[in-house]
Amino acid sequence: MTTKIYIPRDAAAIALGAEKVVKAMAEAVAARGLDVVIVRNGSRGMHWLEPLLEVETPQGRVAYGPVKARDIASLLDAGLLEGGDHALCLGKTEDIPFLKQQTRLTFARCGIIDPLSLDDYQAHGGLAGLRNAIAMAPEAIVAQVTESGLRGRGGAGFPTGIKWKTVLEAAGARKYIVCNADEGDSGTFADRMIMEGDPFVLIEGMAIAGIATGATKGFIYTRSEYPHAIAAMAEAIEIARKAGVLGTSVLGSGRAFDMEVREGAGAYVCGEETALLNSLEGKRGIVRAKPPLPAHKGLFDCPTVINNVISLASVPIIMDKGAAYYRDFGMGRSRGTIPIQIAGNVKHAGLFETAFGLALGEIIDHIGGGTASGRPVKAVQVGGPLGAYFPRALFDTPFDYEAFAARDGLIGHAGIVVFDDTADMLHQARFAMEFCAVESCGKCTPCRIGSTRGVEVADKIAAGIEPEKNRELLADLCNTMKFGSLCALGGFTPYPVLSAMTHFPDDFQPAPRVEAAE
Amino acid sequence: MNIHQPRKDIAETTLAIVEELKGLEGPLLPILHELQEEFGYVPQECLPVIARELNLSRAEVYGVMSFYHDFREHPAGRHVLKLCRAEACQSMGGDQLAERAKRLLGIDFHETTPDGAVTLEPIYCLGLCSCAPSAMLDGEVHARVDTADLEALVQEARR
Repeated sequence: MTTKIYIPRDAAAIALGAEKVVKAMAEAVAARGLDVVIVRNGSRGMHWLEPLLEVETPQGRVAYGPVKARDIASLLDAGLLEGGDHALCLGKTEDIPFLKQQTRLTFARCGIIDPLSLDDYQAHGGLAGLRNAIAMAPEAIVAQVTESGLRGRGGAGFPTGIKWKTVLEAAGARKYIVCNADEGDSGTFADRMIMEGDPFVLIEGMAIAGIATGATKGFIYTRSEYPHAIAAMAEAIEIARKAGVLGTSVLGSGRAFDMEVREGAGAYVCGEETALLNSLEGKRGIVRAKPPLPAHKGLFDCPTVINNVISLASVPIIMDKGAAYYRDFGMGRSRGTIPIQIAGNVKHAGLFETAFGLALGEIIDHIGGGTASGRPVKAVQVGGPLGAYFPRALFDTPFDYEAFAARDGLIGHAGIVVFDDTADMLHQARFAMEFCAVESCGKCTPCRIGSTRGVEVADKIAAGIEPEKNRELLADLCNTMKFGSLCALGGFTPYPVLSAMTHFPDDFQPAPRVEAAE
Repeated sequence: MNIHQPRKDIAETTLAIVEELKGLEGPLLPILHELQEEFGYVPQECLPVIARELNLSRAEVYGVMSFYHDFREHPAGRHVLKLCRAEACQSMGGDQLAERAKRLLGIDFHETTPDGAVTLEPIYCLGLCSCAPSAMLDGEVHARVDTADLEALVQEARR
């Protein structure tokens, strides 16, 4: 009997040597004459264990990791194919606590199936949502998404159903579905994992969005920094097209929808939806003033749904299991699940999908296991480079859009970066300004000029030049950027800066040094 | 790629690429990507051809090209080493790693070693934040890069 061995094709696994492991395994099984097939799955999201090798046994999948190429011989000697014991053996994959504690709805298949097998996808519930959708009226699909309580997972948290309704009701001969896969925030990789680990779920979500709103063309705009995701998506689209999931008649429904992947070119600001639309049109990635909303005048001035990868990838399960099933998870106005990405200086880094409402401290200390360095946690930045730094004192904050907003933070795309006590928060505040200066599109003054001045003021504080005056100036500058910028880049850069200043005042009080002010 | 191409070749190749891609909706970025793939950078000679074929001004084409960090106006070294500078990598010693890379190569970011072997570039996030710090050498990703890994990468790039 052929034994299946799973070795991920996820970029994180590859960056940690998965290709070498595959090569060593292929050579070893050939030399030993073993009947083995190697499946390149997505990642399970336990990145500290990557490359995570799994073997299918009658008792279920057994995991080993982190596996290096040199471990293959000893693993096979230990009876790997029967799930034999070994120093790297982690037991049954499903029983690993990090995985067992999760509620996987959007990531239900990620890491389990062969990402480029449409048969595998359907065997694990894929396309059920789209099949339901094509039997429904567009208004009914939109209503179901609205009732599910799904909100934009890109960070803004805008109700997805309302956005779809606006596009459905907008007049236009041509409409578009644009997937924002420009996942530029540090600490986030959920979009990348879906595109590499379960690309069909995104295709299915976009096809449902198309049918619900009358759009016939979709674009996935992703990053040039994600070559593996681009390749996986392009291949999956091709497969879907051949199978009739995409094309002139989606699953034989008579309704047309097709899509393509587009690659950005290293501009962070293109994650902002209007800059992204300009970039897709072949222009500079400059932010557009709103209104008009993209739902009315979006790509090429046509009505456009622009949603994040995770929002769109969450739609199939809502259409499959119903709005109530999804809405029953979560707290307050944050319904459903959120894939939390735990990153940075943390022991158990990876992706943890769970219902909204888990306390921040629970995520860092218990699920994440504290810092990788073993030193105390000083700060966590939630929501990417534009997210606030939270100290341990705020670790009781539940993971929920409103709860974070109430404490001058944001959950953004749900990435968390952990810092130990060696972090210098003034340095981090300066970096936030520096990053904004590098990435500003230049359209509005508060962002373009403010960020450069912000770096200079932070440098003055660090140099001990009139620190009190300059701290005030920095706060004032943040205020101008927050309320005067056109988009979230300039508007949210104050979050990391002000939160660092508020929660870590000691780092902004360096010993005065004698230095000539120019 | 440092191979010198006569101007005529560049214009012809550009025209072929533009012809192939201009049917796309919003073809300019795909065209620029393809040109960079072909030449290793986007030569000045491409711009008037693109402008003419897409009915844009040269300034518009140059404006788009220069807006994006990815597109180069000049050829890079034979190898390109990109180091992630974003927060997750900073939390795991990315800044120190970057300083070490600069010392090892004797260059700063955005510079190429005098022998034309390596160009060092910052990158803001490879999405490998859960296994920081990360790097990319000629399109290959590397994670949990420690000093020894960095030295091996630099050595590989130097060859």
